[in-house]
Parts: sequence; structure tokens; C-alpha cells
Amino acid sequence: MNMPHEAVLIFAGLGVALLVASAVGYALHRRSGGTAVDNLNARIRAWWVMIAISGGVLLAGNGAIVALFGLLSFLAFREFVTQTPVRRADHMALFVSFFLALPVQYLLIGVQWYGLFAIFIPVYAFLTIPILSAVFADAQKFLQRTAETQWGLMICVYCLSHVPALLTLQIPGYQGRGALLVVFLMLVVQASDVLQYIWGKLLGKHKIAPLVSPSKTVEGFVGGVLSATLLGAALWQITPFSPIGAGAMALLITLVGFLGGLVMSAIKRDRGIKDWGQLLEGHGGMLDRLDSVCFSAPIFFHVTRYFFAL
Amino acid sequence: MIAWLLSFGLRLLTGAHGRWSGCAPVDSQRIYCVNHTSHLDFLLLWTALPARLRRVTRPVAAADYWNAGPVRRYLIQEVFRGVLVDRSGLAPQPLEPVFTSLAQGDSLIFFPEGTRGPGEGLLPLKSGIFHVAQDWPEVELVPVWIDNSYRVMPKGMFFPVPLLCSMTFGAPLRLLEGEEKETFLLRLRNAMLELQPPQ
Repeated sequence: MNMPHEAVLIFAGLGVALLVASAVGYALHRRSGGTAVDNLNARIRAWWVMIAISGGVLLAGNGAIVALFGLLSFLAFREFVTQTPVRRADHMALFVSFFLALPVQYLLIGVQWYGLFAIFIPVYAFLTIPILSAVFADAQKFLQRTAETQWGLMICVYCLSHVPALLTLQIPGYQGRGALLVVFLMLVVQASDVLQYIWGKLLGKHKIAPLVSPSKTVEGFVGGVLSATLLGAALWQITPFSPIGAGAMALLITLVGFLGGLVMSAIKRDRGIKDWGQLLEGHGGMLDRLDSVCFSAPIFFHVTRYFFAL
Repeated sequence: MIAWLLSFGLRLLTGAHGRWSGCAPVDSQRIYCVNHTSHLDFLLLWTALPARLRRVTRPVAAADYWNAGPVRRYLIQEVFRGVLVDRSGLAPQPLEPVFTSLAQGDSLIFFPEGTRGPGEGLLPLKSGIFHVAQDWPEVELVPVWIDNSYRVMPKGMFFPVPLLCSMTFGAPLRLLEGEEKETFLLRLRNAMLELQPPQ
């Protein structure tokens, strides 16, 4: 039990928000129903599960946080690779990516070895993957195949691992509270996604990127980013930042997260799929929920490290 | 126990899920006619079946492959309770073990291609399934398509990588009165191919 009392308050707040959401979902279901409302209620149910798991992991301590994100990386990377046209010669490269690169990356965070954590995948895994695919002597679409494996590993493992890596930062006056920084990042990114969805459903008229992501609207984007920035500023007490600093960080996180979501939508669109998987009822796959986190986590990590950490 | 562990592990690895689009997982005696691309195929199929059906559903496997070596022999006989078929062409009645098993009331997992294919599409079906359908006309033949398992563990590789797999179960079919071998095999083959998810 090393959960800071701020975290308890935040989870109590999330519980209240979910109760309200469930009540609204139930009222909508009673009034009209329809597939959009069913999807909304499925999303809310999945949120209950995700929030419960997050709370449990936070209670269990920093090791559990690292392990959870290792598992999330595994699930996301699996969804990603399923959509790439890998061939038989890539088998060894994939095996090494899943069962060596991924666990080692999270192990390096667990032992707080920043120097190797920061370069392990961009240098060692990056070079090993094409070597393994070449050793198995299949030249067809070689660059495409290896690039897709490398890309998946970078996004789903390397980028995502920057969330638990926040725990390793040594910030003066913020010792032992690294878990709260994880909560801040995840809460702002996910709130931004949810708020963009809500603003978009309520006011959305003008599509912001019709060719890449037809469900995103200008109104949803502006409303979501602004309200998530305000939320981030309001949470400044759990961060090492000032209120304005926390708001600026939240703005940065949500903007990068939005653009990340756009990138991942472009891939889905090209592959002709709507969702990455069916793991989370109503949301699609794990990667659908984490796409914006994958992009904002490394930026948030490095900006925080540069300006605030030792 | 080992079989349960293996299929549980496989489920973790592949997130395997079954889509019963043409029939429900019910108790009638069946032969699941499955496309074959990986050693994992019958384990995958098992993970899609409810436990009570798993107990009465046995894989039909090649004797020459599974009897080579003590580990394989142990796995197929004790763990998977396989029905071993002689593929050499020398046995006078190669399908005899299949008939015995059907007479006991077992359901079967049958790979009508007779061997593992390259991954895309289907090899031409061997005539074995036709002879079984002829002798056991009352048993339902359920076409099944396993998607992606050849990428999890392709032919010639001995360790799996995690990729999402799915299985689609189609509508059961039977041998029609007076249906020719070629017509029947083609009909079954098309029924299996139709279950492929759209690319």
C-alpha cells in the first residue's frame, strides 16, 4: 500500500465520473437505444474494467506498473504485426522482437538503466531485425517487411515503454512520486480522447481529416484539446510543474496524442480495417486505445527530463 | 492436463477466438474439416470448442509424422488422443482407425488436404474425406477456416510467434445421394474457402 493520497482522490473522482457516464448511458438506452448508444455503453463498461485494473496496479507498486505496460506493449505489438504482411523468413526476427527485445526493454526500465534503455531498440533491435530476415534469405519486399517490423517495435514497445520510464526520472522535490506522473500522462491523454469523442458527438460538424480519419471533427478536436488542457492544469498538484506548466504540458501531450491518433488511423485506413482488434469491447483493440499514448509518452518523457530532472 | 495447458498457452499467444457463423457448438457427432497450415491447428481448434466437446473431439493425424520419435508419439497418443492414419499407401485399409473412432461416437478434426499447405488458399482435397462421408453419411461435416496460424508457426519452424488468429465455423454439409467424388470434394473445398475472412 504505497498509493499516494492524491491518487486515491483521483480514482474516487474517476469513479464518480464513470457513475455519471453509466447513468447517462442508461438514460440514453432507455430513451432511444440504437447501435451508437450500445457502443457508448460498451465503452463505458470497458472503462470500468480499465480503471479498476489501473487502480489495482497502482496499489501494487512501481514493479507492477512496469509489468502492466510490458503486457500492453505485447498486446499492441501483436495487433500491429497481425496487420503486416510478414513472411516465413521474418519468423526469427519476430520471435526475437517479441520474446527478447520486448522483455529486455522493460527489464532495463525496471533496473533504471537509462543509457541502454534509450538506445536498445533504436540501435540494437533496429539492426538485428533486418540481419535476421536477410539470413533467412528472402529478398521479396525486403525493405517493406523489415521496416514494418521495426516500426511496430518502435511504436508499440519503445514509445510505449516511455510511460513506465517516467518512474526512473530523478526530479528534485518529487522523490517517490513518479507513479503520479504516470497517472498525469495517462489521465490527460485518455481524457483528451474521451473529451474529443464527447465534443465531437455533441457539436461535431466539420471533418478535420476526412481522408484519413472520417470520425474526427474540428469541434471535437478544439473542445477536447482545450478541456483536456484545463484538466491537466487543474491536476498541477500531482506534478512537479506549476499550474501553467502543467497546462502547457497537457496541451503538448494532447496535441501530439491527437497527431499520433491520426498517424495510426492512416495505417488502419490503408489496411482497410476499422479497428486494430477486438480486445476491448466498444473500443476495438488495445492499440486503438493506446495510439495517442504511444506518440505523446516519449515527448512528455524527454521534455520533463530536460527541464525538470537531474 | 498438458493439453489444457498447451491450449491455454496458445490462447494467450494468439488471442484465438471462434466465430460460429454457420452452426452452433452443440453435441451432435461431427467431423470438422479444417484447412491445415501449422502444427498448432488442432490445438487452436480445441481452444474454440467448449470443454465438454473438446473431450469427445479427436484429431486425425499422420502416423508417419507422429510416430517418429518418443516425444511426438507421447504427445499424439496420450495428450491429444489422436487418431493415427497411415499415409504410405501400403496399408490395405488406411481409414480403419477413423471408422473405429466414429463408431465409438467421437467427433473428429480432419484435415482433408492431407498435409500442411503453404498458407494461402487450399491444396486440392484428398479423397479420404469422401470415403469417410460415404461410410458415415449421418455425421455432420463442418467446414472450418483457420486464419493466420501459418504465420504463428509456419511449416519447418519449431517455435511460435504471437499473432492474432481466428476460426470460422461454417454451415454443416453432408454427402448427397449419388454425389460423385469430384463434385463432393469440390463442394467441400469451396465451402471451406468461402469462410476466409475478406482481405
